[in-house]
Order: sequence, then structure tokens, then C-alpha cells
Amino acid sequence: MNFQEITGIVAAQFGHHDINTDIKGPQPILIIPVEQIALVCRFLHEDDRMYFDYLACITAIDNGAGLATMEIIYNLTSIPYGHDLMIKAIFPRNLPEETLPVVPTVSHIWRTADWHEREAFDLVGIHFEGHPDMRRILLPEDWEGHPLRKDYKVQDRYHGIYVRYEDGPRLD
Amino acid sequence: MSERIKTGDGGIILTNAEDLMNWARLSSLWPMGFGLACCAIEMMASYASHYDLERFGIFPRPSPRHSDVMIVAGTVTFKMADRIRRLYEQMPEPRYVISMGSCSNCGGPYWEHGYHVVKGVDRIIPVDVYVPGCPPRPEALIGGFMKLQEKIRGEHPLAPELFLEMESNLAAEPS
Repeated sequence: MNFQEITGIVAAQFGHHDINTDIKGPQPILIIPVEQIALVCRFLHEDDRMYFDYLACITAIDNGAGLATMEIIYNLTSIPYGHDLMIKAIFPRNLPEETLPVVPTVSHIWRTADWHEREAFDLVGIHFEGHPDMRRILLPEDWEGHPLRKDYKVQDRYHGIYVRYEDGPRLD
Repeated sequence: MSERIKTGDGGIILTNAEDLMNWARLSSLWPMGFGLACCAIEMMASYASHYDLERFGIFPRPSPRHSDVMIVAGTVTFKMADRIRRLYEQMPEPRYVISMGSCSNCGGPYWEHGYHVVKGVDRIIPVDVYVPGCPPRPEALIGGFMKLQEKIRGEHPLAPELFLEMESNLAAEPS
């Protein structure tokens, strides 16, 4: 099944005005509204014609304060049919004092999304609504900020240790 | 060449207690068996049959309570820093630290943009020997151990501190 056919099925199910495509790149992208991610993913997973049983990757991107958007990208594969799909959602980015942007979780559809979403939360700062265990996965629990954000400023010290190379003396 | 026949009977070695203790300690340096990153692969290679650290009396121990030396082999992240500090504190004295590789010496390739890396393990625990390299070859690690042995050979485990202080004062004074 090719990208056009998949897009047709999804558009018929969820309405034409919400679904966009980007076919400029080497791999076509299906762009959907962020609130519909969990619904669309469940449909893609369960529908007999597509049966996307494998979530290969979740990528989160911060576009910075200029565009003030973030993106989340899901790469799906159907192992029995052998077809792939890239879906993307673009949503507004939060200001430093605001709460984190919210994206519905897909961890109840693919178990692998559990850790992928924790990583996106840890490094980019996206809150996944409905996730069973929304904790940091790589950095220590009491770390401040989300390092892969464009405006990230590293904290001065962590547990008394200077973080930056230049302002760290040796052991005192 | 001596004409004596070596029978092993009645052999006498004259030494002093300090040299004997230092010799005993530097000939059985037991490192703590842990590694952090790719340097640990080189460390394991040094333990294995090709380089055979055991011929120096060096073989890894499974607990900090058994260990004399900690080889910090790899990138020290901030998440690991607390654990390393705790492991170091669990080691009985006298204890030594070998910092193995660029990451553990100064942050290595992460010195500028590695928000997660401690820029040198000497920011959390005192280091006796630094082994440069990325990663250092087993020969370099063995070199580090030899430097540490040299350091131990010059120690005064039995002399009272006051005596050492007086001696260094005397040496500093112009005669």
C-alpha cells in the first residue's frame, strides 16, 4: 500500500480538512492535528488494510522561539505488509514560565512508545498526556530544564559540582 | 658473578619495615571492578590474557570494600557522579584513584557542549594518576599503574606525621 492510498483511508476516516501532506522530501509525511495523534495511531494500528504494528521511532523537534513551534514525528512500519509511514504533528511551543506542551500518548498502542516518549519529555520537554510513567529517562531526576531545546541554558551547578568546564575549579 | 651456589637455605633479606610494607602494597593493587564507557573495554583488555595485569598483582575486585584503587575508566556523567563519590567513600584507606582517559581527566570531547558530563573526575574525588588517551591503550594503563607504584614506593606509612613535618622543615631551611 502506498502513501496516497494510506492518506486516502485516513482522510476518509478523520475528515479531509484536518489532514495535510508534505511530499517534498524523499519520504512523504502525513501531517495531522496534535490532538488527534492517539486516535489516528490507534486506527493505523488496528485497521486491517494497514496494520502498522511497529513504531520504529519517535522524534521530537524544537523549532526555537522564532517559529515558536515544536514537532513530533512518528515512523511506523507494518511488518506483515512491509509498508512504512511517517506522521508528523506541529504544535505551539511553551514560553519558559508556561506549562509544557501536551501531546496525547501512544504508549497504550505500542509499548515501545513508553520509553520514546520519556526521552522526548526528558530532552525536549513535551508532556505526554495519559502516559503511565512520565519521568525523565536519561538525565537525573532533579535535573533542571530540557537540554535539546533551542534556548536551553545549562544550570550552574549540579549537587555542588560546576557544570561548565570554564568555571570549575578542581576539588575544594 | 658470585661463586655461591643458590640453595635457598639461610637466605636473608635486609630491609626496613616501611620499604617492606610499601613493596607489599604496591605489589597487590586491587582495583574496583567497574567501568563507565569505552575506556573500560581497554581496561578489560588489560586484565585479560594478552596484557595480563595479574602479573603485577592487579586483579579486579567485586566490592569497594576489597579495593585499593579505583580506575575511573570512562565518561563521568552527572548522574553517575554521586555514585562514584559514594563508591570512593566506601573504599578503605589507603585508597588511590587512577583517572583513565580524556573524559575522566577533563571531560574529553564533551568539555564544551556536554551538559551531562562532569568535566574531570577530579572535581568530585582526588586523583593520583591521570592516564591520557581516548581511549588509552592497555600499555598506557599499565604505565599509569607503574606511576602509582612509584608513588606508593615513596610513601611513609609508618613515620609519625610530626617527624615528617620536622624533616621537611629542616630540608627547607638554608644550612
